[in-house]
Amino acid sequence: MHEMSIALAVVEQVEGAARPAGAGAVHSVRLQVGELAGVVPDALAFSFELACAGTALEGAELVLDPVPARARCGPCDRTWSTGMPPRLSCPACGGATAELLSGRELQISSVCWDDAPAHRPIHQER
Amino acid sequence: MCRVVDLQQAVLAKNDACAHTLREDLATRGTAVINLLSSPGSGKTALLERELTLARRRDIPVAALTADLATENDAVRLARSGVPVKQILTDGLCHLEAEMLGGHLHGWLPAETRLLFIENVGNLVCPASYDLGETLRVVLASVTEGEDKPLKYPTAFGLAHLVVVTKTDIADAVSFDEKEFRANVERINPGVEVVLTSARHGEGDGALLDRALAARDGAPVHIPVMTRKSHHPHDAEEIQPRDVNHTHAPRLAGGHSHRADPGPVAPSRS
Repeated sequence: MHEMSIALAVVEQVEGAARPAGAGAVHSVRLQVGELAGVVPDALAFSFELACAGTALEGAELVLDPVPARARCGPCDRTWSTGMPPRLSCPACGGATAELLSGRELQISSVCWDDAPAHRPIHQER
Repeated sequence: MCRVVDLQQAVLAKNDACAHTLREDLATRGTAVINLLSSPGSGKTALLERELTLARRRDIPVAALTADLATENDAVRLARSGVPVKQILTDGLCHLEAEMLGGHLHGWLPAETRLLFIENVGNLVCPASYDLGETLRVVLASVTEGEDKPLKYPTAFGLAHLVVVTKTDIADAVSFDEKEFRANVERINPGVEVVLTSARHGEGDGALLDRALAARDGAPVHIPVMTRKSHHPHDAEEIQPRDVNHTHAPRLAGGHSHRADPGPVAPSRS
């Protein structure tokens, strides 16, 4: 399960990103996850919570936007949903030179910051 | 109330940058990396033993790193070939990352090495996501694993520059259907070469070494569809990730992704 490594990478990058003036805690992180990115959303959500513990992202929500995989065949200009398991040879001409238009994203799209001061109470019961 | 800040960063950007640097550094000293991926028990070590021995016989300076969760058994086996070998113990981690690899190479990799073989952790899911700065990514599957292996692990097979079938000496005994296997590979990674090998009987001996040397010497390497980005930005719209460290080698992926549930959307206002 490499979702923990991925969650740690997300936390590291968000912590490294510039905090906007007047911002408080990180409220949520938005991630694009392609159909072919090889990431299990539940496992990532579970790992993210653990990875955030004790960091500036403690308690932040992870919002996942799935991105469907689509490919296009240059020679016949056909585009198609690859499906899962993906069909990456052209369903029309059988061509082997298609391009992937989307589906491998594993990208932090945005971070949502609470307005300072953080609304979260310091002694929070869990 | 919250404010949304656009970030648009690839999650594995740090690994990709490390891999990019590693690839460039190794290229300047004339070394190419070959990253071998497969499930546990598919015969990576046996194949590598033969290829390393062959390289030594041909006076080609090669070296090998082998990664496992525990034991140095594979390093002991590979070292019989007489080439420099190092064991990486991952202490439970299911894959190698570029930074880890760089650390292991530092002070160890002989300067004259032309080919460095990396035997990744036996796993077809996680290692597929991590570029190790390789020039050639090779995925192995033994004849016992079923013809549909490429369909079950599409990202590993989809990002391969070369597919190697192992243990062909027992293909008949397990009724391996080569045609079906090839058709499945073609669906996931059209155009990729499939090589048949048997470490026991010698079929395909030297095939891996020859492909690795060719790639190291600049011969064109297969470009998987999964790594081919659209040249028409409007097709990808805003969902295409920025690829600041373009390489022909894979950046992401893994196997068993299923459709993500978007879940509750954070109350955001910009």
